[in-house]
Amino acid sequence: MILNSKIPQGPLEHKWAYYKKKAKLVNPANRKKLDVIVVGTGLAGSSIAASLGEMGYNVKSFCFQDSPRRAHSVAAQGGVNAAKNYKNDGDSVYRMFVDTLKGGDFRAREANVYRMAECSLNLIDQSVAQGVPFGREYGGYLNNRSFGGVQVSRTFYARGQTGQQLLLGAYQALMRQVGKGSVQLFSRHEMLDLVVIDGKARGIIVRNLDTGEIERHAAHAVVLATGGYGKIYYLSTLAMGCNGSAIWRAHKKGALMASPSWIQVHPTSLPQSGDYQSKLTLMSESLRNDGRIWVPLQQNENRAPNDIPENERDYYLERRYPAFGNLAPRDISSRAAKERIDAGFGIGPLKNAVYLDFSKAIKEQGKDKIKEKYGNLFDMYLKITGYDAYNEPMMISPSAHFSMGGLWVDYELMTTVPGLFALGEANFADHGANRLGANSLLQASVDGYFIAPYTIANYLADEIHTGKISSDTPEFEQAENTVKNQIQDLINIKGTKTVDHFHKTLGKLLYDYCGLARNEEGLKYAIQEIRKLKQEFYKDVRISGQGDKMNTELEKAGRVADYFEIGELMCYDALTRNESCGAHFREEFQTPDGEAMRNDEDYQFISAWAWTGKNGGPELIKEPLIFEEIQPTVRSYK
Amino acid sequence: MDLHLKIWRQKDRKGEGKLVDYDLKGLNSHMSFLEMLDTLNEKLITEGDEPVEFDHDCREGICGQCGMMINGIAHGPLKHTTTCQLHLRSFKDGETILIEPFRAEAFPVKKDLKVDRSAFDRIISSGGFVSVNTGQAPDATAIPITHQTAEEAFDSAACIGCGACVATCKNGSAALFTSAKITHMAILPQGKEERSKRVMDMVAQMDTELFGHCSNTEACEVECPQGISVLNIARMNFEYNRALFFNKK
Repeated sequence: MILNSKIPQGPLEHKWAYYKKKAKLVNPANRKKLDVIVVGTGLAGSSIAASLGEMGYNVKSFCFQDSPRRAHSVAAQGGVNAAKNYKNDGDSVYRMFVDTLKGGDFRAREANVYRMAECSLNLIDQSVAQGVPFGREYGGYLNNRSFGGVQVSRTFYARGQTGQQLLLGAYQALMRQVGKGSVQLFSRHEMLDLVVIDGKARGIIVRNLDTGEIERHAAHAVVLATGGYGKIYYLSTLAMGCNGSAIWRAHKKGALMASPSWIQVHPTSLPQSGDYQSKLTLMSESLRNDGRIWVPLQQNENRAPNDIPENERDYYLERRYPAFGNLAPRDISSRAAKERIDAGFGIGPLKNAVYLDFSKAIKEQGKDKIKEKYGNLFDMYLKITGYDAYNEPMMISPSAHFSMGGLWVDYELMTTVPGLFALGEANFADHGANRLGANSLLQASVDGYFIAPYTIANYLADEIHTGKISSDTPEFEQAENTVKNQIQDLINIKGTKTVDHFHKTLGKLLYDYCGLARNEEGLKYAIQEIRKLKQEFYKDVRISGQGDKMNTELEKAGRVADYFEIGELMCYDALTRNESCGAHFREEFQTPDGEAMRNDEDYQFISAWAWTGKNGGPELIKEPLIFEEIQPTVRSYK
Repeated sequence: MDLHLKIWRQKDRKGEGKLVDYDLKGLNSHMSFLEMLDTLNEKLITEGDEPVEFDHDCREGICGQCGMMINGIAHGPLKHTTTCQLHLRSFKDGETILIEPFRAEAFPVKKDLKVDRSAFDRIISSGGFVSVNTGQAPDATAIPITHQTAEEAFDSAACIGCGACVATCKNGSAALFTSAKITHMAILPQGKEERSKRVMDMVAQMDTELFGHCSNTEACEVECPQGISVLNIARMNFEYNRALFFNKK
């Protein structure tokens, strides 16, 4: 298979305009003949469902939560980037494009990245029009702050709850369409399979999580906006329900998975404190604007942080990366923390954390100013840990966060299955091998508000004569039977170990061998261990209750069954890339001073994987990356 | 630490519920309340029983999906805290804890501790938005909004829709939830144009959903995880009367 990325012709800054000029349109009268399914109601899902509803298509919107407003976009805290240059500090679409491409370690497509930067301008306008209360200056104009990996202030924020406010804007736009009847909402429904007819995506099989009923839904196009699979590590910053099942089931129906091993580890989450723990809470990266990261100079330090004098502290980010300091990109900051922790300088009860210290900022700006900027984060820290971070430094630690990998999509955000689109974190596009802070909300939003409405219409223009898609076909029946059999098989195992036991074991394996650092031996070992664990799961998992009733354990079991396969593919992907790039740090490929060593000659491509279903493993298909505008350089933040 | 739990178990919407006793021993006081329930469920599954169904997702206090009555208080003993942000250190060793679902006529129980809060979505759907389509918005700074106004709007917009206000209200009123959205939109220039229609429609929807009237006890503000102020309710009443007075819908 040869992958066609469908990058439009012309100079970089005109590609998107050229595409829009040439894209096919659907007459308003014809739109009501066309049905679209959107899975997921986060920023990408809500915004595309609302946009398509506004345009007059029949939209069905699905989410597994009890309300679309709960989608995990709600939890993103720090902000959203846009090259508005309101600070007059030299920002521009081009500068943002360069920062993002460099931040992703030159493993993303130029045209996609440029388009994201270009559309960022509209997003802020759209959100403000919806009533998103972004932070403002006293004169009434929008305020900005700086985020990791850049030297300008281009991040718009709504206190520490930017994701919440952007999501509520998109959710309200969605609910407006639900009220008008242009969008039909199915909350508490989980997609369990994709239906492909004559090579095109034509519908989905879902389970009603309240009743256990299996339902068929047909449409002319299917959009997956289901977020990332970082919860595969069990301990992560993600919500408990985040999963990779929808994209994985689509993968098994023919959509390629790209760069699955690129998972961002966030440097500022709270450290693990015990085995019972279900998640690692994220403290916003925006804290690094004012907080200074340090560890004691002495190994196994037991003194309280405030008792350690200034000259016995190692501000290692400021020391190693003076140009960016505490705002070094996430992959660099996370690895630097791991390096210090592994070397015996970690702090906290389990010696698995570093300090994030606000004493200097409080002294210079006053407690009230810091409280206004980050008050909710300090409150959250107090609730979770019982410590007051106004009086002593926070303890933070790296943890699994965002999956840059996902379904392979072309410039139109369409997967290798015609009619199947993937938006936001569910696709692999735009972030390369590392995602810069404040770009996830941006990508999800622009995919849904400004890109997919054009590209999906371009696809649907050829579908106006297709007629209603029936769900009464052999393909739907087969997909439904497969799902029902999977559920019954899981229920019938009646083993001795819980689903969480398997999830936690898998997560630990991935943290150890396919986490912040990887090596050939470890990855090969992990693949064998994951296979063994998967076998054990199918022999010994225990799920109480029935398949045709509300059953949370069954939901979890289906997701963990998919995680085994995703985890194995992550290891394969990491194993084949003999270089270090962005979030992917192969220990064999590093410079003498411990920095990532990229190999552009041999690995300047996107790894797209096809499901073969065979024991020999997946098939690798390469999409070469061509850089016309800027030439890849060694990524230095020193 | 050891805990004795009395948990509401109810098979489905129509089933009869009852309190069931459970004992947990050797818990870590740093555990969150939901992690304690995870621990209980692990035990129940291993012993062949059905686990307790409860709603939860982000576990960092922002999604609004978790929520239960703990010793008769929505989200438990701490003020302005979601259930997921409550930790066992807030309880005493050996304590008996009563755990029940949020109760309100508009929030029917689905199973055990899970309730149906889709009435909130229908309230938003009836008018909790600015009527703007995608792609035609003016420049974000074209209409300046003062720092104070933006912050005030944020204070109202911060509602997470968890339903604690309804559960704690003796009338099962959704006044705090609805008024927070009405205030958020009414004070921003973008939302002003349709403020009258919005308040009339949202209040009507509240009634249709069988939420009770505001009882003015202000219990909702006390239990709200985001500390949403009851002044929003005053604002809603003002907006409603204003709309009535000018006969604007």
